[in-house]
Amino acid sequence: MAESRTMTINMGPQHPATHGVLRVLLELDGENVAKSEPHIGYLHRGIEKLFESMTWRQGLPFTDRLDYTSGVSNNLAYCLAVEKLLDLNIPKRAQYLRVMMSELQRIAAHLLWLGTHALDLGAMTVLFYTFRERETAIEILELATGARITPSFIRIGGLADDIPDTFLPRLSAFIDELPQRIDDYETLLTNNPIWKRRTVGVTPMSAEDCINYGVTGPVLRASGVNYDVRKAYPYTGYEDFDFDIPLGKNGDVYDRYLVRLIEMRQSIRIIRQSIEKLPMGPIAAQDAPQVVPPDKKDVQTDIASLIRHFKIMQEGFEPPVGEAYASIESSKGELGFYVVSDGSNKPYRVRVRPPSFVNLGALPKMIDGALVADIVAAIGSIDIVLGEIDR
Amino acid sequence: MEQILKILDIEGVRLAVGLLAVFLFVVVNALILTWAERKVAGHMQLRIGPKEVGPYGLIQPLADAMKLLGKEIITPRNVDKPIFYLGPIMIFIPVLVAFVVIPFDSYLQVRDINVGILVILAFSSFTVLSILMAGWGSNNKYSLIGSIRSIAQSVAYEIPLLLSLLAVIMMTNSLSLKDVVVAQKGIWFIFLQPVAFIIYFIAAVAETNRTPFDLPEAESELVAGYHTEYSGMMFALFFLAEYTNMFIVSAITVTFFLGGYQGPFLPGIVWFLLKSYFLVFVMMWFRWTFPRVRFDQLLNISWKALIPLSFINLLVTGGLLKL
Repeated sequence: MAESRTMTINMGPQHPATHGVLRVLLELDGENVAKSEPHIGYLHRGIEKLFESMTWRQGLPFTDRLDYTSGVSNNLAYCLAVEKLLDLNIPKRAQYLRVMMSELQRIAAHLLWLGTHALDLGAMTVLFYTFRERETAIEILELATGARITPSFIRIGGLADDIPDTFLPRLSAFIDELPQRIDDYETLLTNNPIWKRRTVGVTPMSAEDCINYGVTGPVLRASGVNYDVRKAYPYTGYEDFDFDIPLGKNGDVYDRYLVRLIEMRQSIRIIRQSIEKLPMGPIAAQDAPQVVPPDKKDVQTDIASLIRHFKIMQEGFEPPVGEAYASIESSKGELGFYVVSDGSNKPYRVRVRPPSFVNLGALPKMIDGALVADIVAAIGSIDIVLGEIDR
Repeated sequence: MEQILKILDIEGVRLAVGLLAVFLFVVVNALILTWAERKVAGHMQLRIGPKEVGPYGLIQPLADAMKLLGKEIITPRNVDKPIFYLGPIMIFIPVLVAFVVIPFDSYLQVRDINVGILVILAFSSFTVLSILMAGWGSNNKYSLIGSIRSIAQSVAYEIPLLLSLLAVIMMTNSLSLKDVVVAQKGIWFIFLQPVAFIIYFIAAVAETNRTPFDLPEAESELVAGYHTEYSGMMFALFFLAEYTNMFIVSAITVTFFLGGYQGPFLPGIVWFLLKSYFLVFVMMWFRWTFPRVRFDQLLNISWKALIPLSFINLLVTGGLLKL
């Protein structure tokens, strides 16, 4: 028998705690990780390539399928990139509604993360509590967008439609109730000695390492780096809102957990402000008749609008030759879309910068020398979605 | 009645009837507990649990058992067949033996052995053997890690388990379970030995591999641990043993700390079952509330906290008794 102290073990792609089809090749020395290597690609659908065969408008529903826990954010990032290319002016009402929905989506995504993360660490019941609230959040989204997970509601040039009358009252009721619910989760976890033992000081990342690996989002902020796209490069009207960026100190799993919990509370603040400030007005750009489809009522009565409608639906629009990059702060980190136009009605290239993919790159560094049980905690704390890693 | 008791006094008959009753009890207990676990979990998690099959879903475990019986027993390639098959069967020996000495009521005890508690503790170590057999025989790395964990865990937790019971035994001067119960006529040992009770209960939860100490089968890390490769009825046997074990450790806790079958108004057996199932409920409560501890922490709790604490408890008990 060869002299070997390590055991090679294959974690995933079918494994309860890898959040999808992540596969990690582990070399274990006892229960300690000697070497680890994430393998990805099991959920590859060629979405970036598919964009090239669709018109600019038609590409939008693909974006929901990237990070399927936060569809609105993905729609927003894609639309912002294309709008940059087209140089559109988005009316304030549309911008505020975009902020409102992406923050609601952030809350839903963080609730999903909290539930599954706790489940990974053995606290099963938290999942059911967070899913109760997530369900409400998603129902509110559905009220406006007609879809739970894949809204495709934010469109190039504005929104698909205005919100229904019942939307704002339900949203207010939800965010009034949510802080107390978050307190409930905290009673189950934050000061629980077992939870603290499992997370405090586990798989820490220093600020320097995070920056070197290009890590963004709550993982980066847990290490104490103050970088949030919403503050650093405000988009879609975030500069009008008053909110704080929570920062951690130690960059361990516990800090990432706390940062996300505070982020949810900050999102509630933003939503509350957006409800108060929400102006009346159009919900799509008025100066871009070639991009934004005409009003449905006009289509039925006015022949010019009907023709415009068909032109947009059939042929789409042709942005000027050029390229644009827009990034937003999704629930996982910096989500960027890089679009290239050759002047035709289809993108020449769409490239996604998914936060999960870049953050996952730091996993081997994070779990080097850690215990098997910590791998699960680490993967959970990065909050990966394989949909946007493999694309 | 007299007649029945007379027949029962014949050694062979008594043993046969006892074994049959124990076997029946094991099955019924497991059925009730699987139902209870799902109901408790359901209500704690804003669900209602099983409700379709029978009133309040009571027949659900039977339906599950039928399903498991109907399933093919899959034998993975390259398993160590004798060991693989023997694992789930072996796990029942300690379970059956433990029932023989537990006093359900003043008369409901198959055999009152004068070293009863030793029998239980000695045989409960057998569980480790069968888990090791399952893990080793499965030819699966996850199973192996699971069973290795289980052994380390059992070794660590059997010591505080024994030491905490020893404190009680010092007070009763008897290893017979019946004597322990009788000694609690005036005051339950939970009030005289609160530290021992807490240590014993923590160690007992660890011994039964339940959350927060369910590391041998930690599903988020090890898929299903030592029973990953088992299917159908073989898997059900592990399950059956787990639930029976839960009842046994609760029953021992009741016997040693909560006055056993003693209690006012109701017959002894009712009191005994009430107390035992209450403890089982507490264990379920733990499971659906706590996260799972990490392996090194699990061992630390035992070696650094529970074992020193139980030694101190033993010393204090001894000192107070001499005084």
